[in-house]
Amino acid sequence: MSTDFRFASLQLPPSAIEIRRRIRAFMREELDAGRYDPQISSWNTWDEEFTRRAGEAGFIGMVWPKEYGGSGATDLDRFVVIEEMLAHSAPCFAHWVADRQTGPQILRFGSERIKRTYLPAIAAGRCYAAIGMSEPNSGSDLASVQTRATRCSGGWRINGTKIWTSSAHRAHVMIALVRTAPANGGRHDGLTQLVIDTSVPGITCRPIYNLCGHHDFNEVHFQDYFVPDDAVLGEVGQGWKLVNHELSFERSGPDRYMSDFRLILDMVDRIGNRPDALQSVEVGRLFAHLSALRRMSAGVAGLLAQGQDPYLEAAIVKDLGTSFEQSVPEIARRLIETQPSSEDDDAYGRCYTETRLFAPGYTIRGGTREIMRGVIARGLGVR
Amino acid sequence: MPVQHDIAEDASAERDEIVAVMIDQVGRLLASEVSVERLTAMERGDAVPELWDKFAELELPLAMVPENAGGIGLDIAQGMRLIRLCGYHAAPAPLVETMLSLHLWTRAGGEPISGPMTFASPRAGRLQVESLGSRLRVYGKLRRVPWSNDGHLLAAGEGREGRAIILLPASAFEKVSRRSIANESRADVTVDLALDEPAKGVVLPIDAQAMEDVLQLGALMRAQQMVGAMQRVLDISIGYSQERAQFGRQISKFQAVQHMLASCATEYAAASAAAEQAGELWGRAGQELAVAVAKARCGEAAGHVAATAHQIHGAIAFTKEYMLHHFTRRLWSWRDEFGNETFWQSRLGHLVCTKGGAALWPLLLGEIAI
Ligand SMILES: Cc1cc2nc3c(=O)[nH]c(=O)nc-3n(C[C@H](O)[C@H](O)[C@H](O)COP(=O)(O)OP(=O)(O)OC[C@H]3O[C@@H](n4cnc5c(N)ncnc54)[C@H](O)[C@@H]3O)c2cc1C
Repeated sequence: MSTDFRFASLQLPPSAIEIRRRIRAFMREELDAGRYDPQISSWNTWDEEFTRRAGEAGFIGMVWPKEYGGSGATDLDRFVVIEEMLAHSAPCFAHWVADRQTGPQILRFGSERIKRTYLPAIAAGRCYAAIGMSEPNSGSDLASVQTRATRCSGGWRINGTKIWTSSAHRAHVMIALVRTAPANGGRHDGLTQLVIDTSVPGITCRPIYNLCGHHDFNEVHFQDYFVPDDAVLGEVGQGWKLVNHELSFERSGPDRYMSDFRLILDMVDRIGNRPDALQSVEVGRLFAHLSALRRMSAGVAGLLAQGQDPYLEAAIVKDLGTSFEQSVPEIARRLIETQPSSEDDDAYGRCYTETRLFAPGYTIRGGTREIMRGVIARGLGVR
Repeated sequence: MPVQHDIAEDASAERDEIVAVMIDQVGRLLASEVSVERLTAMERGDAVPELWDKFAELELPLAMVPENAGGIGLDIAQGMRLIRLCGYHAAPAPLVETMLSLHLWTRAGGEPISGPMTFASPRAGRLQVESLGSRLRVYGKLRRVPWSNDGHLLAAGEGREGRAIILLPASAFEKVSRRSIANESRADVTVDLALDEPAKGVVLPIDAQAMEDVLQLGALMRAQQMVGAMQRVLDISIGYSQERAQFGRQISKFQAVQHMLASCATEYAAASAAAEQAGELWGRAGQELAVAVAKARCGEAAGHVAATAHQIHGAIAFTKEYMLHHFTRRLWSWRDEFGNETFWQSRLGHLVCTKGGAALWPLLLGEIAI
């Protein structure tokens, strides 16, 4: 039956239990030494020093083979590491994309040179990645991308524009989805994923400031930018299949329900041990949602680790998780009176303000809520 | 970490097979016996004796009674799978209540009894137990007791001597018939009995945890029934959206309808995960939190799923003629029994706030108990 979803409980292997001990010790040391401020950090905070230390400690690219800088850890080991980083509000952004999707995509589909160039550097916490999918006229309708690569001697020349490219101005590498042939047969044909070295001339970034005033986004222009043949991922023309594979790494992880974890913790502490009736009810509701989400996300991680493709369950976690995290500031403001200001003297007030400003993006990035609901409807057999 | 024994694992794996067979059998039985006509008919009267006989033939009432007490010995997680199935079919006999009453009763040391059985929510009243020399007086009022008509009633009681669980035959209490919003029997019960001491086989002492378990098991029962009913509501809605046509096409082709179905699926999925988790953690340190999460999450999802399913159907489901109401009204009934969302959320929230932010993550992982 199509409505028998699979969210079985996750039995963590002994290795993951040991990894949890190690990552906690690492995080404790970071906090004790005051190396980052958990009240102003989240996985969307850029901190190259943290990333370097995490890489040196073996927490980035850990599932990759040793020859590419990994330690051959399991996907469940990684699940534990990232959920602990999120639970400790670690500033992970500098390695997040590379560890979550760019690295795995390169490992699976990249040429030997590309793998050797990037994977060990990512794992060491010294190489950052960006996602080159969206364009000014192609958001949800990703297959309509117009950035074009034309054949030239030894490779491809790219012309076109990507947008919303998070961290492109700081990234060393980007996987771009481009059109290498006209969409003759179908609109999903003729697309290819290419590995872009951002140090090569022909690429420029225009900053776009987000709602929080941060420069994360960019508009990225390619002008006769050259990509050698061995930087093609998979086969030329298979980009659609590949990009969907890449997106599947994005959907069901703890980063889809724990983006606000620092605000939740702060809020609970601020409420204190004598909550009023509304506070008890709302905090309890929040805990119940988190508990169910964590179970579901862990269940999907277990299925992924078994080599299955639980795309329906993953879309369910993303839809539910991002809607949940988006609701957190709305709950917080009803429980603790705040007049939001980024200049609040109080750390809680600043944390709330930042989260409030950041939250609209949760149900947009990685595929909008509406797109997720379409995926779910397809899984239910009505589309 | 619980210590794991190979023997225990073997036995549990064996029982898993038994559960799979039972699920299959019961699923077929319910699918063939619990027709919409029957659900409609039973709204006018109480019992469906033929159905009860069929349950008894399969020994279902004994499913969760320990093997050494003559039962099948399913654990809570396994039993909950059957209960979910009963929710899916809106099984119109107190099978679910009987299974759990027998579990509670035999766990307290009682002998299994035959026939339908039920238990009262401790939130709907507790009996007082008073020692009067050689006699014992048991009295009190219990509100909205499910299915108290034709069998034994189990109720929590307390007195100077401590807590007890009390087994009462239908002849031992007075009742005023009441029905739930789903037209299921929920009588208000008055008890005033004098028993000879020792009232063995009637009043059994239990500890505080066992008393709390009566409430928690009831909450988990209703949570799992809701999960089953939500799945049914979703299945019915998917089916209807593919049959009904407007503007020259199936309404399932409208994106607004697809999104309503998706949001039902999502809420039901979360409810299912929460309820399953509580079944697995039963008897372990994380039990109370997990039960509270399950009842709160399922109750919240139930409201959303019911409302959205009605919207998907249009007017037809706002009638007694169409079957959806058998399930949506049960959702509206069950979410308010054995503690509604507010009750369990408030309990959870209180615990979380008392422990403070630093404990929240370990609590979520079940690493620390309360
Ligand atoms: C914080 C953040 C970080 C991002 N980082 C990156 C990045 O690093 N790299 C990158 O490539 N992109 C990135 N994006 C872009 C993101 O992938 C797109 O924003 C997203 O895919 C939606 O595209 P759009 O913004 O053009 O919205 P549109 O697609 O124009 O959608 C606008 C509205 O229409 C709805 N809509 C569109 N199509 C449909 C449909 N078929 N059915 C129903 N509703 C529909 C959408 O749900 C939305 O509500 C990021 C976005 C955010 C917010």
